[in-house]
Amino acid sequence: MAPHLAIERVVKRYPHAAAPAVDGVSLELAAGEFFALLGPSGCGKTTLLRLLAGFETPDAGRILIDGQDMAGVAPYARPVNMMFQSYALFPHMTVADNVAFGLRQAKRPAEEIRRRVADMLDLVKLAPLARRRPHQLSGGERQRVALARAIVLEPKLLLLDEPLTALDRKLREETRFELVRIQQRVGITFLMVTHDQEEAMSMAGRIGVMHEGRIVQLGPPEAVYERPANRFVAGFLGAVNLFAARVERSSAGALALQSAEAGGALRARHTRDLAPGAEVALAVRPEKVALGPARDPAWANACAGTVRAVAFRGEASDVEIELGTGKTVRATLANAVRPAHGALAAGQAIWLGWEEEAGVVLEQ
Amino acid sequence: MTDRLRRGAVIALPYAWLALFFLAPFAIVMKISFAQQAIGIPPYTALYAEGGWQATLDNYRFLASDSLYARAFLNAIWFAATATLGCLLIGYPLAYGIVRAPARWRNGLLLLVILPFWTSFLIRVYAWIGLLKGNGPVNELLFALGLAHEPVQLLNNAFAVYVGLIYSYLPYMVLPLYAALEKLDPALLEAAADLGSRPAQSFRAVTLPLSLPGIIAGCLLVFIPMCGEFVIPDLLGGPDTLMIGKVLWDEFFTNRDWPVAAAVATAMLVLLLLPMGAVRRYLTGETA
Repeated sequence: MAPHLAIERVVKRYPHAAAPAVDGVSLELAAGEFFALLGPSGCGKTTLLRLLAGFETPDAGRILIDGQDMAGVAPYARPVNMMFQSYALFPHMTVADNVAFGLRQAKRPAEEIRRRVADMLDLVKLAPLARRRPHQLSGGERQRVALARAIVLEPKLLLLDEPLTALDRKLREETRFELVRIQQRVGITFLMVTHDQEEAMSMAGRIGVMHEGRIVQLGPPEAVYERPANRFVAGFLGAVNLFAARVERSSAGALALQSAEAGGALRARHTRDLAPGAEVALAVRPEKVALGPARDPAWANACAGTVRAVAFRGEASDVEIELGTGKTVRATLANAVRPAHGALAAGQAIWLGWEEEAGVVLEQ
Repeated sequence: MTDRLRRGAVIALPYAWLALFFLAPFAIVMKISFAQQAIGIPPYTALYAEGGWQATLDNYRFLASDSLYARAFLNAIWFAATATLGCLLIGYPLAYGIVRAPARWRNGLLLLVILPFWTSFLIRVYAWIGLLKGNGPVNELLFALGLAHEPVQLLNNAFAVYVGLIYSYLPYMVLPLYAALEKLDPALLEAAADLGSRPAQSFRAVTLPLSLPGIIAGCLLVFIPMCGEFVIPDLLGGPDTLMIGKVLWDEFFTNRDWPVAAAVATAMLVLLLLPMGAVRRYLTGETA
């Protein structure tokens, strides 16, 4: 069966720009999927979205929806709807009229429009505000109008451009669940673009990390987070400690490394054996770094250092430790376990360590 | 309290300006309209003389009795309304084009719109006489294209008045339209297209309603002064293009009948501004 959405080696180059905004991206989405394109601003993710909506034309490559080539199909004729980052609600229309806009343009019967708008407003819990104008709504309410307006047309694909960025933090976290709930209810394929890794990982079934116009890694959030393909992905998806290291020995995926930064030998596992002498980086997530007053024999890797700073974040604390080699390492401690270590204070001598499986070897 | 005082002070300034430069002169004009013509300086009688009020409504009765004034008034409204429509039909695409032009051209194009203001209005109207006269460039062009074999009467008729009105007032239409269209978020048009709306439908459903304040502002800005216009019908018009502004001018300067002229001015203001005010109130009440 043909994929629901197929993007084939799409290139988009803006005039006067040195590098293409989208540089040979290929991607396939299955029907009903919630996919997130994750990347820093300027990585080309919004351009890709605009190519799908039809606001921009690719310089090369093809976009197919249910096997139908979208080349030359105007935005108004595509089975795709978009939720704009600014929401782009029509300021001169009420909430109900905004939601009804697409149905009216499609000249649906009045009775059907009334029913579908009412259903949609119920779904996004805005029925009591149907007669309001956009400027009379809060940010979260506007966001829901934008969503309702886009999904009422039952598109084959819904594009969401930074759907939560304009909301404040607390509302953003609540809205994540709400969006996922609505997506499961309506069953429309969602393609979301975001620069917020937490947002992408918590909502999407699959994510694609974009960097300089290319998709550099694709997969379920856990896989991308746990096994980043390169330094960019490792650094972009959450905090990471990187140790420059050289391969000493390698057999059956077990690597013995030598790292000047870590001040000695390190052990790690990798998907394949590497030649001795190869330069790699070992990535260790802060939450996988354990702390203790002495070296724990269970640790495969251990370093001694001094606590530089402790930042209390509520559910967890970030600890910054300076190793004897001058390298700074970050550790995140869940506050449920922190008391076991006693109170941590700057200047205190401490040991840190991590399991063999906790480190990820990055070849480039 | 201090807040209210401060706000009051801020509002007082424009009100003082209006009172001093609009209401006071208008009160004087109104006062003259109740007097009678007299030989002398000033050329009208005092309202209070010989121990009694001498005010009279004779001038207004005279306006009502001679159909010339009503005709000139209706004529002026007709010319102004038609020319306002002409300005809108030319000005809207112009303003839209400027808004959509590349950013680096925009200021230059706007400058071109206001460039005519750097030449005297009177000289520009005179220039049209040169352009439209029997052996002027427009007629020569018509000959050259074979569209005419004898000079076409382009001057001293309604056509010339329309050309003059639309030409002179077009910038006042373009500028508020530009301001309104420039504020329009392009994302709204993308959203409309995304929701299945063709360009023409988007224009009707989004661009037009959102630029309505600019359309109203431009039309009022153009229509009101056009109604009182006297230079253009005087220089470009003919016997069948009588407009109330021209009548007013003649009463003042040709007949030296200040009281009748003042009555024309007062009647014009009341008949023009009261309905305008009502329209404005209705429209602002609707959008609020």
